[in-house]
Amino acid sequence: MEITRRGFLRVTGTVGSGIALSGLGVNMNPTLAYADELDKMNRVKAARQSTTICCYCSCGCGLICSVDKMTGKIFNIEGDADHPINEGALCAKGSGFFQMTEANEHRLRKVLYRGPGGDKWEEKDWEWALPRMARLIKDTRDNNFIKTNAKGELVNRCEAIGHYGSSNVDNEECWLITVMSRALGIVYMDHQARVCHSPSVGALAESFGRGSMTNHYIDMKNADVILIMGSNMAENHPMGFRWVTKAKEKGAKVIHVDPRYTRTSQCCDYHVPLRSGTDIAFLGGMIYYIIENQKYFKEYVLNYTHASFIVDSGYYFKDGLFSGYDDAQRKYNKDTWVFEKEASGIPKRDMTLQHPRCVFQLMRGHYSRYTLDMVSRITGVSKDNLLKVYEIYSATGVPDKAGTECYALGWTQHTVGVENIRAMTIVQMLLGNVGIAGGGINAMRGEPNVQGSTDQAILYHILPGYMKQPSASLDTLEKYLTKYTPVSKDPQSANYYQNYPKFFISLLKSFFDDKATKENEFGYNWLPKIDDGKHYSQMHMFDKMYEGKIKGFVCIGADNAVSAPNTGKVRKGLEKLDWLIGENIFDNETYQFWRAPGVDPKKIKTEVFLLPASASMEKEGSISNSGRMVQWKQKACDGPDQCIPVGEITIKIMNAVKELYAREGGVHTEPILNLYWAYLDRQGHFDALKVAKQMNGRFLKDTVIEDKAKGTKTEFKKGQCVPGFGNLQLDGSTCSGNWVHCGQFGADGENKMAKRGKDDPTGLGLFPNWSYVWPVNRRILYNRASCDVNGKPYNPKRNILEWTGDKWVGDVPDGPWPPQADKEKGKYPFIMQRDGLGAFFGQGMADGPFPEHYEPLEGPLTKNPLSGQLINPAIEIFNSDLDKIARASEKFPYVCTTYSCTEHWCSGALTRWQSWLLEAQPEQYIEISDVLAKEKGIRNGERVKVSSVRGAVTAVAMVTKRFKPFTIDGKTVHQVGLPFNYGWLFPGDNKDDSANFLTPTVGDANTFCPEYKAFMVNVAKA
Amino acid sequence: MNRELIKLIDTTKCTACRGCQVACKQWNEMPGLRTKQTGTYQNPPELQWNTWTLIRFQEHVNEKGAFNWLFRKEGCMHCTDAACVKVCPSGALYHTEFGTVGLNSSRCIGCKECVSACPFDVPRYDRTTDKVTKCDLCYNRLRGDEAPSCVKSCITGALTIGPKDRMLKKAYARVKELGGDANVYGDKFVGGTHVVYVLAEKAKVYDNLPVHPSVPFSVIVWKDMLKPLGLLAAAGVLGGSFLHYILHGPKLPDEPGPNERVKEEKGGE
Repeated sequence: MEITRRGFLRVTGTVGSGIALSGLGVNMNPTLAYADELDKMNRVKAARQSTTICCYCSCGCGLICSVDKMTGKIFNIEGDADHPINEGALCAKGSGFFQMTEANEHRLRKVLYRGPGGDKWEEKDWEWALPRMARLIKDTRDNNFIKTNAKGELVNRCEAIGHYGSSNVDNEECWLITVMSRALGIVYMDHQARVCHSPSVGALAESFGRGSMTNHYIDMKNADVILIMGSNMAENHPMGFRWVTKAKEKGAKVIHVDPRYTRTSQCCDYHVPLRSGTDIAFLGGMIYYIIENQKYFKEYVLNYTHASFIVDSGYYFKDGLFSGYDDAQRKYNKDTWVFEKEASGIPKRDMTLQHPRCVFQLMRGHYSRYTLDMVSRITGVSKDNLLKVYEIYSATGVPDKAGTECYALGWTQHTVGVENIRAMTIVQMLLGNVGIAGGGINAMRGEPNVQGSTDQAILYHILPGYMKQPSASLDTLEKYLTKYTPVSKDPQSANYYQNYPKFFISLLKSFFDDKATKENEFGYNWLPKIDDGKHYSQMHMFDKMYEGKIKGFVCIGADNAVSAPNTGKVRKGLEKLDWLIGENIFDNETYQFWRAPGVDPKKIKTEVFLLPASASMEKEGSISNSGRMVQWKQKACDGPDQCIPVGEITIKIMNAVKELYAREGGVHTEPILNLYWAYLDRQGHFDALKVAKQMNGRFLKDTVIEDKAKGTKTEFKKGQCVPGFGNLQLDGSTCSGNWVHCGQFGADGENKMAKRGKDDPTGLGLFPNWSYVWPVNRRILYNRASCDVNGKPYNPKRNILEWTGDKWVGDVPDGPWPPQADKEKGKYPFIMQRDGLGAFFGQGMADGPFPEHYEPLEGPLTKNPLSGQLINPAIEIFNSDLDKIARASEKFPYVCTTYSCTEHWCSGALTRWQSWLLEAQPEQYIEISDVLAKEKGIRNGERVKVSSVRGAVTAVAMVTKRFKPFTIDGKTVHQVGLPFNYGWLFPGDNKDDSANFLTPTVGDANTFCPEYKAFMVNVAKA
Repeated sequence: MNRELIKLIDTTKCTACRGCQVACKQWNEMPGLRTKQTGTYQNPPELQWNTWTLIRFQEHVNEKGAFNWLFRKEGCMHCTDAACVKVCPSGALYHTEFGTVGLNSSRCIGCKECVSACPFDVPRYDRTTDKVTKCDLCYNRLRGDEAPSCVKSCITGALTIGPKDRMLKKAYARVKELGGDANVYGDKFVGGTHVVYVLAEKAKVYDNLPVHPSVPFSVIVWKDMLKPLGLLAAAGVLGGSFLHYILHGPKLPDEPGPNERVKEEKGGE
C-alpha cells in the first residue's frame, strides 16, 4: 500500500489509513535535535482544524486550516483529504493559500481614506467611515434619481452610482449586495460574471433551459472523448484537469484545440492549433461532418430535441445575415424566428426530418457552407487535423459512448461568445451527449463563486434565480409576469418556468417581507427599471463614467483598472468620480487610480474609501463551484484588526443609509425603508446562516401543502425553511431570496450545504451526500435524457438514472414525471424549456438562431471568406474618442490574445501580493514564436513593447516553439499572447502594467462579455 | 521490517501546475523571493536555499521532429550512497529509517562539503544563516504518517510514495505501458535513490539531469577508503599508544589524528 493522502489532516472518519510509518522504539540520533520541525507536526495535531473552500477558480477544492488554539491564528493550510473533488491535492494557488491569511504583511487591516487631492492613504475607522459613505450614497442618489424616463415611463432608478463585484465573496454576501443595490435603485450593476461566463448563461439556457455547466468536475472521469476547446484547463482549472487525466488513464482520448500550445496541450493526446476567434468555423465544420456522415444519434435527436419543428416560412439566411436585420439599429427583428403551430397551439413536427423548413434541414443547409476547405482557410487548421478531431469526437454519437466538452474564457470572451458555445450545444445534442455521465458541456467558471454571484444576480439584466430585470414598459406586476411566464400547450412539456410567478413573488417577499402585499403588487414598482433594449454592463458603465455621468462607484473584490478592456479609458473614467468605495483584502490599481503612472493626485477630486475585508477562510458562508455545488465554509478565525466580512460591510453601510432616510426622508424612500434587513447576530456581526435561510426561503405563515399525486398533506409552521422550490407560493405566504437555492435547508433547518457524506453508490462520482447541489441536489442536469423514452439507460455501464416502472432510481431525476413514452403523464427531458426539448434553433439569440462565423472586431482579414458580413452584425459599437479600431492594419499585424496562468489569478490583485506565486511568475511576459522573433530580431528574455491602436505595454519576450504562424486565407498570420495578471502597483519595481491597455471596448452581441481573446497588436524591441 | 520508501515522480503525468513547488514552501515555511522573468516559465531558475523543489520547463524537439514541453520536478534524490552524508563532517546530514537523507540544520556548520559532493547539484548554501538547506522529504510528516507535502499536493498522481519494492515495480510497469524511450531513472546508481523518476525521454535529453550520476571519486577515496584506513590507523595508534604506555608510561599526544587531518585538508578547499 502506498502512503495515502489521508492522515491526521481530516475532519471526519477514522484516522490512519496510511501505513504505519513511524516505528515504535526508533530512537535515532537526530530525532531530538529535530524538535523544531517535529513541532510543526505536533502543532498541527494539536490544532483546531477548520474546513474551507478554495477561493480562486471554480473547482471548489477543499482545504483544512490548522488554527493554533492558543493564539487563534492559522499556521498551516493544506488540502482536505476527504474532499471528493481534490482529495487533498492542490495546485500552486491552492497550495499557497496560507499567504492570504494575516501572516501576509500586505493584507489590508484598517479602513483607508484618501480625500480630494490627497496623495496618500490616511488610516480611519468604521465609526468615521460608515456615516460618511452613507451621506455620499444618499446625496448622490437623491440628487440624481430618475423617476421617469424620456418616454415618461416609471423607472425609479439611479444611474449616477455604479456597482461592480464580486464573484469572490460568498453567496450570502452576493445576495445582500444584490438586494441593497436594487433598493438603492442602481442599474449600472455588474460583476466578474460579465467578463467571465455571461455567454455561458446565454447559450446554455437557450439550448438546454439552464445556464449552468451540465455536469461536474468529477464526472469528467466517465468520458470516452474529451474535447478541451476554449480553455487552458491544466493551467486554469488544474483540479478539473485531474479528472481529465483519470479518464485518460482509462483510455479516453483527450484533444486540445487552442491557439497556443500550453501545459494543457502537453498533457493531451492531440493539440490542434487554431487562430483566435475562429471557433464557430471549426465547430460549424464539425456539425456539417456529423450530419453528412450520419454520425448523429438519431433516436436522441428525434425524441429529445426540436430538430423536427417547422420554422416559419419568412425565415431565411443570406450572405451572413438572418431574416429581420435592421442595419440602422444593428439589431434583428425576430418575428420570423418562430415555429409553425398546429391548431392546438403545439409546434408542428416532421418526424421524418425531411421537411425543407424543419430545424434539422435548415441547420444542415446552414452548415453545408462549412466545408473542410473553407474551415481550414479561416481557422488555419490543416484539413488532416480537422478530420482527425471530427472523426474522434463524432464517434461518441452512439448510446454507449460519452463525449464531453470543457471550455472556459477562450470561448466566452469574443464578440461571438454565446454563439461559440451554442455551436457546441448543437454538436452535443446531435451526438446525444447531453444529460449523460461523462458528457455534457462543462462551462468551467473562472472565479470561486461566479456561479453563485450569477445565481444571486449582481447583474443589471437579471434578479436572483434568473428572474428577469423589470423594464420600463412593464409597469405592472401582471404585465411583467405575463411576459416572462412561458406558456406551452403541449401536455408533455413540463414547462417548469410556468412557476415563474411563485418564484418571483417569493423573491419580492424576501426583499420586503410584510411590507410587500398583494395591494402594492408586492413592492414590484419599488424595484428600479431599465429602459427596454438598453444595456448597463461593465463596458457601458465605464463608457458612462468616462462621459462623467457616474458620480459614485462601489467596487468590491475587483480590480477594473487592470481587468476591464481598454484600461486607458477605464482609468480616465475613474478620474471623473466624486467618490469610490472599495472593499478587498489587498489594495489594487483600481483603488489607487489617483496615483497611477501619469496621474497627478492633486488634480483628482475623488474621495476614496478602501475597506478591509475578511478573507475567505475568515468567515462563514457558502460558495458555489462550477458544478453548482454549494459548499458551506467554516470560519477558521477572525480577520486581522478592522477586517470584517463583505456581508457585514454591506449590512452596515445599508443600515447607515436606512438611518439617514428614516431621519431625513428623501427621494423614493419605500424600497429603502421597507427593506427587510435583519441580518446581524446578537453581537452585531454578519449572520451568514440567517441570510442563507432567507435565500432558501421561509414560510411566512402556517401552511398546509397538499401533494395530490402522492395523496399527502404536510403542515409547515411559520418560520420553518421551505424544503424545496416546489413548495413556494403565489399568495405571498412564502419568501425565497433565490428559488434555485430553495432546498439547501431542510424543513427542520438542516444545513445541507455543510454535508460531508463520502458515499458514492453509483461509483460514477455523484457523491449525493457531499454538500448540496442546486437544483434539488441534482448532480447531472437533464439526466432523464440519459435514458431512452421508456426510461432505460442508453449506457447501462454508466447508469446514472433508471425508470423502474413507478419511480426513478439513481441521481435526482430532472423532473419527477415518468419518461416520455408515457403519453399521459410522461414529460420531455428538458423541463426548463418551454417546449421541453433541446434547442438547435436559438430563437432568443441577438445574433442569429444558428451560430455563424464572423471575424473578431479587430482581425487580420478585410473580408470574411464565408459571407459579406465581416464582423458580427449585432454587436454594439462604442464610439468615444478612446474607442479606436485598427482592422487588418499594417501597423498592427499580429493577432493577440490574453489569458491567465496557473500561478496567478485574474488581474493578479490577490496573487501578486503573495511571494510564493509571484516568485514563480514574476513579471509580464509575451509569448511569441521563434519564427516571428527571428523576423523581428527579438531575443528570448529581452523586454519588448507591445502596442495596439489603443495603448501599449512592455513585457519580457518569451520566444517559444509552442507558438507557430498560421496560414489564413493563403497568408501567413502570426499570433502572440500575453497574460493579464500584472499591474503597476505591485510589485512595482518594473514597468509592468495591464495587458488590457491593448484590448478593445467591445463585447458579445448577447451579453457584452468583452473580446479579450482576439485583437491586433504590434511587437517591437523596447 | 524494512521501511525504505521511494517517492516516484512520473514525469509523464505531471501538468507542471507547481502545486508541489508551493506546497513545499508552505509546509517548510520558506519565503518566496523576488525573481526575474527570463523568457521561461521556470522560476526560480534553479534550486536555491528557499526552494527545495521546482519544476523544470524544457522545450524539446525529438529526432522525429515531434515537439514536447518536458516538465521535471527537481529536488533531492535521497541516495543510498549519499555523497552528502559521506562528506558531512558534523553529522548534520544523515540517513533516516526510511532510507531518505535527513538534514539536521542545527548541526550544520556551513562547510559546503555536501554542495560540491552532490552528483545532482541539490544542496544549497544560505549565506545569511551560514547553513546548507535541501529537501528532507518532509521527515516530520513521514514520521507522523503523512505523505510529504509535495506528494499530497500533486493533482494528477504524478507524485506517489510507498515501500521501495512496490514503487519500483510500479515504475517499471508504467515504463512498459508507455513504451518508446520511457525509462526508470534512479534505481541503478548511487546505491539506488529514494526518489525515482519515470522519464518519457532518455535521461540525456533532460537539462541538469546527470546520465551516470555517481559519488565523486574524491569522496570515495577520502570517505570510503582513507577514512576506514584512518580509523584502522587510529586504532593502530591507540593500540600503539597503549603499548607505548605499557612500555614507556603516560605521555600526551602531540600530533593530530588521521581523521582530523582529513578534515583540515578538505576544509581548505
